[in-house]
Amino acid sequence: MSIRVSVVGAGVIGAAVARELSKYEDIEVHVVEREADVGWGVSKANTGIIHAGYDDDPEMYPLRAGLCRMGNELWRGIVAQLHIPALWCGSLVLAFDEQERRTLEELRERGVRNKVKGLKILDRGLCLELEPNLSDEILEGMWAPTAGVISPYEAVVALAENAVENGARLHLETTVKSICVKEGRVTGLETDNGFLRSDFVVNASGLFGDLLSKTAGVDDFSIRPRKGEYFLFDKDVSPKVDVTLFRVPKPTTKGVVVTQTADGNLLVGPNARDLSGHERDATNTTRDGLDEVWREATKMVSSLPPRHSAIRTFAGLRPEPDGGDFIIRTYDEPFGLLNCVGMRSPGLTSAPAVALKVVDMLRGLGVPLTLKAHWKASREPIVKFRELSTAEKDNLISSNPSYGKVVCSCELVTEAEVIEAIRRGAGTLDSIKFRTRAGMGRCQGSFCVPKLLALLCRETGKPVEEITLKGSGSELVKGRVGRELT
Amino acid sequence: MTAELRRLTCIVCPLGCEIRVEISGHRVLRVEGNACPRGLNYATEECTSPKRSLTTLVRVNNGAVPVTSVRTTKPIPKGLLRDVHRIISEVVLEAPVHRGQLVLKDVLGTGADVIVTRSVKRISESLGNLNALS
Amino acid sequence: MREYSSDVVVIGGGPAGLAAASSCLEAGAGRVLLVEKEAELGGILPQCIHTGFGLLELKEDLTGPEFAEVLEERALNLGAQFLMNSYASRLWLDEGGVVVECVSPRGIEVVHGKCLIYAAGCRERIPSEVGIVGDRPSGVFTAGTAQTLMDLYGLLPGERVVVVGSGDVGLIMSRRFAVEGAKVVAVVEMMKHPGGLTRNVVQCLEDYGIPLLLSHTVLEVRGKSRVKSVMVCELDENLTPIGGTEREIECDTVIVATGLLPEVGLLEKAGAEVDRSTGGPVVNEFLETSLRGVFACGNVLVVNDLVDYAVEQGRLCARSAKSLLDGTLQRPEAWRRSAAGEGVRFVVPQLFSGAEDVTFYARVKKPKRNCRLSLREVPMDIKLPIVRPAEMLRISVKRDYLSKVERLTLEVVE
Repeated sequence: MSIRVSVVGAGVIGAAVARELSKYEDIEVHVVEREADVGWGVSKANTGIIHAGYDDDPEMYPLRAGLCRMGNELWRGIVAQLHIPALWCGSLVLAFDEQERRTLEELRERGVRNKVKGLKILDRGLCLELEPNLSDEILEGMWAPTAGVISPYEAVVALAENAVENGARLHLETTVKSICVKEGRVTGLETDNGFLRSDFVVNASGLFGDLLSKTAGVDDFSIRPRKGEYFLFDKDVSPKVDVTLFRVPKPTTKGVVVTQTADGNLLVGPNARDLSGHERDATNTTRDGLDEVWREATKMVSSLPPRHSAIRTFAGLRPEPDGGDFIIRTYDEPFGLLNCVGMRSPGLTSAPAVALKVVDMLRGLGVPLTLKAHWKASREPIVKFRELSTAEKDNLISSNPSYGKVVCSCELVTEAEVIEAIRRGAGTLDSIKFRTRAGMGRCQGSFCVPKLLALLCRETGKPVEEITLKGSGSELVKGRVGRELT
Repeated sequence: MTAELRRLTCIVCPLGCEIRVEISGHRVLRVEGNACPRGLNYATEECTSPKRSLTTLVRVNNGAVPVTSVRTTKPIPKGLLRDVHRIISEVVLEAPVHRGQLVLKDVLGTGADVIVTRSVKRISESLGNLNALS
Repeated sequence: MREYSSDVVVIGGGPAGLAAASSCLEAGAGRVLLVEKEAELGGILPQCIHTGFGLLELKEDLTGPEFAEVLEERALNLGAQFLMNSYASRLWLDEGGVVVECVSPRGIEVVHGKCLIYAAGCRERIPSEVGIVGDRPSGVFTAGTAQTLMDLYGLLPGERVVVVGSGDVGLIMSRRFAVEGAKVVAVVEMMKHPGGLTRNVVQCLEDYGIPLLLSHTVLEVRGKSRVKSVMVCELDENLTPIGGTEREIECDTVIVATGLLPEVGLLEKAGAEVDRSTGGPVVNEFLETSLRGVFACGNVLVVNDLVDYAVEQGRLCARSAKSLLDGTLQRPEAWRRSAAGEGVRFVVPQLFSGAEDVTFYARVKKPKRNCRLSLREVPMDIKLPIVRPAEMLRISVKRDYLSKVERLTLEVVE
């Protein structure tokens, strides 16, 4: 008799939990996601950093501190198994004055306490060797060799694909209205597509974590959005940085970061601005926010590319819990609710460790957990044509001429890759973008959007008026020409 | 009938003379500001019987693309643009379609034809077939 | 994998590339192989369904697709060879000349040429470059994308449109939307003068009652899923937003028509020097880039407003390619530089020898009446009754003058 666990939210937490649960016999996993694709909340709009683990005071934030370093180690295996773009470039925390130097030493000690390996305080000369593009003003830097960056949206896609391949069920464009409780026990989810009976509910709903938990009767915490804005530059830009650069952190934020992404772009940001509980979808960028990011970033490096050459600016929201630490726990009442929220930084890093903790909590609730005999640990990624050698490209085209039709010239994405993405469930332009990088280059889709539109029509059979950028309401075109003059 | 003063910028050449036209009903009384006779002609016509060329699209069946472009062979009265556009939007051509092909002859008695400006081959199965959008 | 060999390789089958190919064949320059990434030739022309093409070349006022077909037929009749659906992804020099690696459904195609004419065109400036902030909904298109959707695919991108930029591209697209039944609620222009030709302001905006907001900018786009509105505000003479002038304009579509950038990446990766003021490669009077045997023409060299100039540049590249193949291309010991002086944005070509007549292309920074373009070192003044950034200047300077100067600075003088 199987036990049904429903996970609310297909962000990195929900997807990691689903994948972990899919390892077990007789656990029926359902992931319910309100957007048209996985990972479109907090998970797609952050810096993608896999933190080393020195930031969080284990006394103040025990969950953050413990799960971060563990997550850092777990990601190494996962990115390899699931073929997630990752760059283990290490990070430098920069100190510009005496007080910051003292903070660096505190960070290092804290890192040691958190069992982080390889932390070293380096003088300016050594820092410059690691990262030639550093500002002249830095005094010292703390080097954390175990830090890296991953592609956060590809990570969620990969985790979710693997979970589904191992039996998890994904319900997209389905909004959970409430968690149903009867006689002190979770009974299921009320969604806009009907009732989903569930024995256990993992609340991984990110920015809505407190609102959803309240429907189950647990409202002893609140989540507030904290906005961070970014500049993204093309891969070919100069100068870039080789190492992920931080400033000495403040209580609310690790500050603006200058880093390469796992795909080789230059990413600058985020700042940190607190918003109200009514602004949980306020992902708009602002002039002030971007100005602030730029001001901070220019202090850290000796030079950046011209600001206006950024190919995209965007903003993400962190789900800040009022207590500061992650909220990962169960309750006597309602029994069966597992809250997994407030996953602000280092949420992405901690995700795999959070998933393990969820499994532990379920075990603690009496759920029998037997590992499956056969569980597929790895996933075949969509071929990245642009990364192949000339001979490999040629062979691939021989086997399938669609690999020879370039759809996105900026990122060298071929028709076959786009078709594969659609076959894997990409039904919107953004879904294709996040799976193939089509539209992520210097022209930001100017040339390829019409072709992607045509491909979506052809492969899904949908009329062109129904093709969207990111789900219902974001249709690309209004119809066909041939109407009256206004 | 009272005279009215109209100002317009001549578009015949890059000089862009600011021309003042005194007009009463459909009669041009005076034209000032033009540097050459072409400006005089333009201003006069523009105030009495302005003309424009129309370029727009026409649907194509079984073509490599779902529409093709057409134009009037000479400028037509500005006031007829909307009607001509409506007439054109009711036409459906069958691929293959050739540049210069006649779509409409002497449309609304203007003396202008509407011709195809972009050839369209008959359907193929490559991505070039945007007919998935038809 | 297939290898091809040709005397001249042309990358790009738009007007510049087609003209270059035809002129090479007419001049007897040998074999010409043209590589084109799309399934059709013509570059951007097939979707430019308005007239204004071929005024100088053919003394006719044709639409873009008509002009493209004329050029295409000419090249085909002359015996140009084409690799269609073939995307040039890499190029480099070797002892034989130039090698281009292309991706096509037939496999990787490696094309060897004794020389290369690069005519890859340009791309559009994107919203982030213009500093537009806010939400990132569906319904924000660059003008060219909207034009592709509308005029190649027959789709209506939106019904209530705000156009950013009053250059000719923005003006033309405003009219296209209006003709096809959409409401263009405003064209927003940063400067205090429209960017495009008066003819287009009259026939695209005034004819359709479309408001032109000069000295205005779009600050912000609003809308979660689809554009709902934009925030605009007025700018002062320093192009700084004037506080208190912000207002919201409801719309469902934003068309960004703020300029074009040469697609110079492949050349740059191969080591060619790029001129920041044009965005295109630095070239000498033969339109040869800093890569020997690699010539550039059309919008990748410099963003042209008249297709006839793109064609002219293609022809010049062909002449140069022929000279190179004949061994008669004379490069001087040292090149002399042209420069953009006061009031001038750029000058192309950037290098001259002094031994040839040269046609220079330039643009002014601001519209002006009754001024002069000065060739400082010659010295020579050319009277300009009216000059505008939207209209590229074309100045032919004889070698008699060029041979006597070490440098040539073009500047605007009152």
